[in-house]
Amino acid sequence: MSFQLFIFYVFAIIMVFAAARVITVRNPVYAAMFLVLTFFTAAAIWMLLEAEFLAVTLVLVYVGAVMVLFLFVVMMLDINVEPLREGFVKYLPVGILVGSIMFLEMVFLLTQRYFPSENFPAPAAKPANYSNTEELGRLLYSDYLFHFEVAALILMVAIVAAIALTMRRRSDTKYQRPGLQVQVKKEDRLRVVSMDTESKS
Amino acid sequence: MFDGLILLIWTLIKIVLIIVPLLIAVAYFTLAERKVIGSMQVRVGPNRVGWCGLLQPFADLFKLLTKEVIVPTNSSRFLFLIAPVLSLAPAFAAWAVIPFSDQLVLADINAGLLYVLAMTSLGVYGVIIAGWASNSKYAFLGSMRSAAQIVAYEIAMGFALIGVLMLSGSLNMREIVLAQGGGIGHWFVVPLFPLAIVYFISGVAETNRAPFDVAEGESEIVAGFHVDYSGMAFAVFFLAEYANMIMISALMTIMFLGGWLSPIDGVGDGFHWFLIKTAFSMFLFLWFRATFPRYRYDQIMRLGWKVFIPVTIVWIAVVGVAVFYGVEPWFDIRDLQTAGQAALEVASGDGS
Repeated sequence: MSFQLFIFYVFAIIMVFAAARVITVRNPVYAAMFLVLTFFTAAAIWMLLEAEFLAVTLVLVYVGAVMVLFLFVVMMLDINVEPLREGFVKYLPVGILVGSIMFLEMVFLLTQRYFPSENFPAPAAKPANYSNTEELGRLLYSDYLFHFEVAALILMVAIVAAIALTMRRRSDTKYQRPGLQVQVKKEDRLRVVSMDTESKS
Repeated sequence: MFDGLILLIWTLIKIVLIIVPLLIAVAYFTLAERKVIGSMQVRVGPNRVGWCGLLQPFADLFKLLTKEVIVPTNSSRFLFLIAPVLSLAPAFAAWAVIPFSDQLVLADINAGLLYVLAMTSLGVYGVIIAGWASNSKYAFLGSMRSAAQIVAYEIAMGFALIGVLMLSGSLNMREIVLAQGGGIGHWFVVPLFPLAIVYFISGVAETNRAPFDVAEGESEIVAGFHVDYSGMAFAVFFLAEYANMIMISALMTIMFLGGWLSPIDGVGDGFHWFLIKTAFSMFLFLWFRATFPRYRYDQIMRLGWKVFIPVTIVWIAVVGVAVFYGVEPWFDIRDLQTAGQAALEVASGDGS
């Protein structure tokens, strides 16, 4: 067993363990943290595949931004764990269906009957100065420009829709106008009252 | 096999050679902070322990080490104890790709800048987890503020770095510095001045330093996310905060201030210039803290979303147009790229 394979198994074991804990652990915050661990080890495995751009982007986007917001929401909500457990039996058939479809797909791929590994030779190792960030960028902005722009447009629509769905204008909301706040002068806020000094008696 | 072992040991030695000076720098940064703010407020600052107070950081450290680490009842014990580590580890890990000079770099990887962004974005977990695990309202408020603030400013920070990428044409930190060759006028701070300002201010906000220190906000929420921490765990949080400040200063130096290059082209480039520029940026952190009052929370959000992001987007468009037309003397990047590649070849030729 080569060193690389050993590292792969270490990461794979951690990842499977963490993924299993995401759905078995009782506390939702712990579940979110295990999901973070899953993403992180997945990034490490991608790094072993020499896909360093995708690996770093996975950490940057999913671990650094998406999961932070996720954790934010999970912490703010006062989630009671027990009602979540009650639905377990109810949703079990759906879960088994999804799981078995995934299992069948894996069987198709891994049994080598329809996708023999001769058709997919291992890619030659790239030299150390090969930058797949640069190659990805070149492909995205030349050959796949149209697909890239369509994806960007879909994301844009999603952003607009999310904002439109969640923004509610209430009549009693008070807004601050920083421009006016900055221009406030002493005369607007302060009234100097001159009065005679009081005597004791 | 044996080669691998030697490589491992050699890498470990290099890591120690980065971490130990970093720890010493953090220790003396705390002293410098107290001295600088003291002199700005016409005080002396700490001057009792050692000559001119030079041993003060160690006195503080030993005091914190001997204190008890109290774990609050009803806190989530495991997360409570792991939170300081979660904030410290990324602060150290990001240093792996920082080039201190032309040859001094631990990992000269192609996606260096992305790696740094990914690592600095992980630091927020320590803060969030600390706030939640403490099971205290003050700590939780602090961590919520910090999370929202860091997510907001990370976007402006990323946009500011896109300008750097456009001019240097590389994600490799060493090539970014080499693209700034040719004297002080060619450092990216000149053509990318608005982005440099946005980057540094976002860096101050990311590290939760004054005037953006609402996550701690002593006068409002006691001490924010680390209100329940004591002893060594508290010290680790501070270590992470100061290591992050030095990190942001070093990144500012590399991206915008020409890294190890000297202000006059080709005269005495080297590690000392990196140190001088980083120290200058670190001084700015202290200067900000001594002179600016704390931002109100809505003002922080307004600055991040409504001021910085539009400014960076406009300037990225300006840089894009300027690069397209190759405006002299900064935006004709083909020359810079060939010069950088030639310099790289010379450097690698010397090294091997």
